[in-house]
Amino acid sequence: MTATHVEDHVHDQPMSEVALRSVAIEALLADKGLLTADQVQQQVNLMDGRTPADGARVVARAWTDAAFKARLLADSRSALAEMGISIPAETPHLAVVENTDDLHHLVVCTLCSCYPRMLLGRPPDWYKSLAYRARAVSDPRGVMAEFGTTLPTDTRVDVLDSTADMRYLVLPCRPAGTEGMSEEELAGLVTRDSMIGVTRLSD
Amino acid sequence: MTTISSETVRYPDGAAVRVRVGAPAHHFRTPAYIQGHTGVVDALCGTYPNPESLAHGGDGLPRQPLYRVRLRQTDLWPDYAGNPDDTLLVDVYQHWLEPA
Repeated sequence: MTATHVEDHVHDQPMSEVALRSVAIEALLADKGLLTADQVQQQVNLMDGRTPADGARVVARAWTDAAFKARLLADSRSALAEMGISIPAETPHLAVVENTDDLHHLVVCTLCSCYPRMLLGRPPDWYKSLAYRARAVSDPRGVMAEFGTTLPTDTRVDVLDSTADMRYLVLPCRPAGTEGMSEEELAGLVTRDSMIGVTRLSD
Repeated sequence: MTTISSETVRYPDGAAVRVRVGAPAHHFRTPAYIQGHTGVVDALCGTYPNPESLAHGGDGLPRQPLYRVRLRQTDLWPDYAGNPDDTLLVDVYQHWLEPA
C-alpha cells in the first residue's frame, strides 16, 4: 500500500467504514497495477481545483458573446478550451442546456450523484440526498419553491436525470437590468444553484 | 488496429420508445421509475461502452448507443401537479429500449 493517500485520511477519530473501504479499494487497485497513487492524487487535485466560479465565468461569457454561446451549446469541450478550461478526455461528456423565459431545466442524478464537476467542483450534500434525488424528478416545482423560486405555471420544466455518460450544466437566464455590467461583474451574479437549476437568477 | 464494435443505432430522433422492465442482478443504469413507460427519443448522445459490462470487469463491448429520452411527467406520476407539458429527460442505453 502506498502511504501518501492514506495519510490524507488520518484524523483524530477512527475512520468510518466507508472511508476504510475506500482506502482498501484504492490499495487493491494499486496492488493490481490498475491505478497508481499518483493517478488518484491527480484526480483529487483536478476535482479540488474546480469550483462554481468556473461555471459562473462560462455563463457570463455565454451571456455576453452569442457566438461563444452557440459553440458552448453545440460542443462544450472545445468552447471551454477557448477559455482555458480543460475537460479531460476520460471524464463524461458535458452538455450545457439553456434556460429561457418559457423553458426551465433542473438537473439531478437519481441513481447516485453524477454532477458537472469539471465546472462546479464537488456537489453539495443536498444534491446527493435521497430526498432531493426522489423529489427532483417527481415534484421539481415543489423543490424549487423550497429553494425560494416559484416558477410561473406556463414556464415548462425539463428535468434532466443524468443516469449515464452525460453531465448537464444549466445556462441560466440573464437577469434583467444587467445590460451595463462587465463579464466579470456578471459572473459574480451567477450562483451554483442556478447552474443546477434549483433556482432562477431573475427572481 | 483493434476494431471497436458498436451496436447499430436503431432509433432516430422523434422515435417512440418504451423503456424495458427488468432488475438484473448486475449493475445497470435504468431507474425503476421510468421502466415500462413510453417516451420519445430527444437525441442520440453517442455510443458508449456498456456500463453493465464495465462494472463487472468486462470490456464494455459492443458499445451501446445512448439516447436522451423525453417522457411526460403526467405519464410518470398520475398526481403530477405542475404544467401538463413538463417533461423528464433521461439517458437510456439502447438495449433498454424497444419500439413503442
